[in-house]
Amino acid sequence: MNNTYLSYNNIVSSLGFDSPTVIEKIRNGESGLKLVADTSIFPTPFCSSLINTERLENKFANLGNIEEYTRLEQMLIISLEATLKASKIKLTDRVGLIISTTKGNIDTLDPSHPMPEERAYLGTLGHIVKSYFGFKTEPIVLSNACVSGLLAISVAKRFIAQGTFDHVFIVGGDVVTPFILSGFNSFQALSPQPCKPYCKQRSGINIGEVAASVLVTKEKENLAPEAVAILGEGTCNDANHISGPSRTGEGLYRSIGSAFKEAGVSAVDIDYISAHGTATIFNDEMEAITLNRLQLEKTPLNSLKGYFGHTLGASGLLETIVGMHSLYNNTLYSTLGFSELGVSQPINVITKSTPKKLAIFLKTASGFGGCNTAAVFKKVTP
Amino acid sequence: MKRQLLKIKAYASIANNRVSLNDGIVFSEEKNDLSAFLKQAYKSLDTNYSKFFKMDALSKLGFLAADIILKSTQKEPDLERNTALVFSNSASSLDTDRKHQKSIQDKDNYFPSPAVFVYTLPNICLGEISIKHKLYSENSFFIFNHINTGYLFDYANNLILSNKADEVLCGWVNCDGEDYEAFVYLVSTEGTIPHTKEEILKLYNIK
Repeated sequence: MNNTYLSYNNIVSSLGFDSPTVIEKIRNGESGLKLVADTSIFPTPFCSSLINTERLENKFANLGNIEEYTRLEQMLIISLEATLKASKIKLTDRVGLIISTTKGNIDTLDPSHPMPEERAYLGTLGHIVKSYFGFKTEPIVLSNACVSGLLAISVAKRFIAQGTFDHVFIVGGDVVTPFILSGFNSFQALSPQPCKPYCKQRSGINIGEVAASVLVTKEKENLAPEAVAILGEGTCNDANHISGPSRTGEGLYRSIGSAFKEAGVSAVDIDYISAHGTATIFNDEMEAITLNRLQLEKTPLNSLKGYFGHTLGASGLLETIVGMHSLYNNTLYSTLGFSELGVSQPINVITKSTPKKLAIFLKTASGFGGCNTAAVFKKVTP
Repeated sequence: MKRQLLKIKAYASIANNRVSLNDGIVFSEEKNDLSAFLKQAYKSLDTNYSKFFKMDALSKLGFLAADIILKSTQKEPDLERNTALVFSNSASSLDTDRKHQKSIQDKDNYFPSPAVFVYTLPNICLGEISIKHKLYSENSFFIFNHINTGYLFDYANNLILSNKADEVLCGWVNCDGEDYEAFVYLVSTEGTIPHTKEEILKLYNIK
């Protein structure tokens, strides 16, 4: 079977506008989360990881007119431009574009937003990105709740395997909006402090914003040094509840099983797990149960939500990119905010940046609608 | 090759106040708004799932269309099926998004409802179908400006050829104000209609 690879990549976030800068800050335990007191976004102060608007617009001014593009479009274009440029790939009808987002330009539904409400159509967002870069193929917009970013990688791999494309560029992003904050708040899921995944003292999630992009390709030549092969992936539903995870973790259990089967690996082959870890009790507990069912409780694991918050449609993509660099740097990055185990079953939470020889990692994500995604990645160059 | 064997086993549509399964109309009701029409269709089609009434219009549309296909192709009632769900549309969940936005408009007096917010994700519809039919299977929701038979065709083929699913329930389920339509079809190794891009488009256009 031919392998598919994840290669050139970029992260636009509060911690920086390129992957190496962001990774260095993660290694140093620096968080992008801050208390934000801005009543135009939310009536009470909230904890979030926001991209500095002035910096974003300054950066975008080199690429286009800031008046013509929404905040999210600016983020996506900045990120994808860097990845495209580094890849040196020519945009032909063999090159696909996937945009993963949960809510897209949802902020334009607010009557006070300067852009028309029609901008909230996700297909429009896809075509704006397509036109900016001149992609020759129809954009594929994937909106599958919080697994979108990781599922986009599976989708790219599947289209390449099916012969639809030779290369696929994925760009994922979501912005922090009153729409999202009020919604998560209505579930009483928002933490007023920096989130603490898997920790006894946790009190819920933070919402953050990033854009991230990656090249998925079938060609082994000209890969980025941190490139990984996608060995297997799977997306399975809990078939249990639309807004809460299954207590037994059935969908995640089956997703990891499906990914392992395709990858031809078992629990002992996994060096590291980049988990979802939203820091809600139900999510963290479900993951701990699932990992124990799979004998993965001793495998080092982190959640990166303490650095960025939950970045929705970009989170799985962002966290996979960090995982690629983790393998490349042979370093396990810590779960920021964690101090004392707060789930009912043992898991091996990484508490400080640790050098370790790494070859294979498992990435997981779970979201509303009972969806779960898992993927196994392997370092290309030893 | 398994590839040549893939077929469309069944298809269903909900549009223009009509619900169809394969080449027959199973319910129709003239002069009704969408909400009343869906309620009547639910009763007439013996859907028997009380949580239906909590759903938003997009989920109701996708759920009903999926339900009539899955019921009509069920072999044994308790046998677990590995049927992937691959839906697409152009308006995502915008119909419900507008409701949520309206409820948060007044900053001094806002109480958004979690029961509305949860439906601001298009894939919730897939979750509803999965729960009713005990499908622990692949779920993906795509947004295109128009039905993209090429992408749906390739994606469904891949899910079956890579053994991730035995069958794939694919389709287009859209709800944008009073504009609505649902068209779903079951891709399988069994059936009489060839699974081709042209055939998908033909079936979509006759709804």
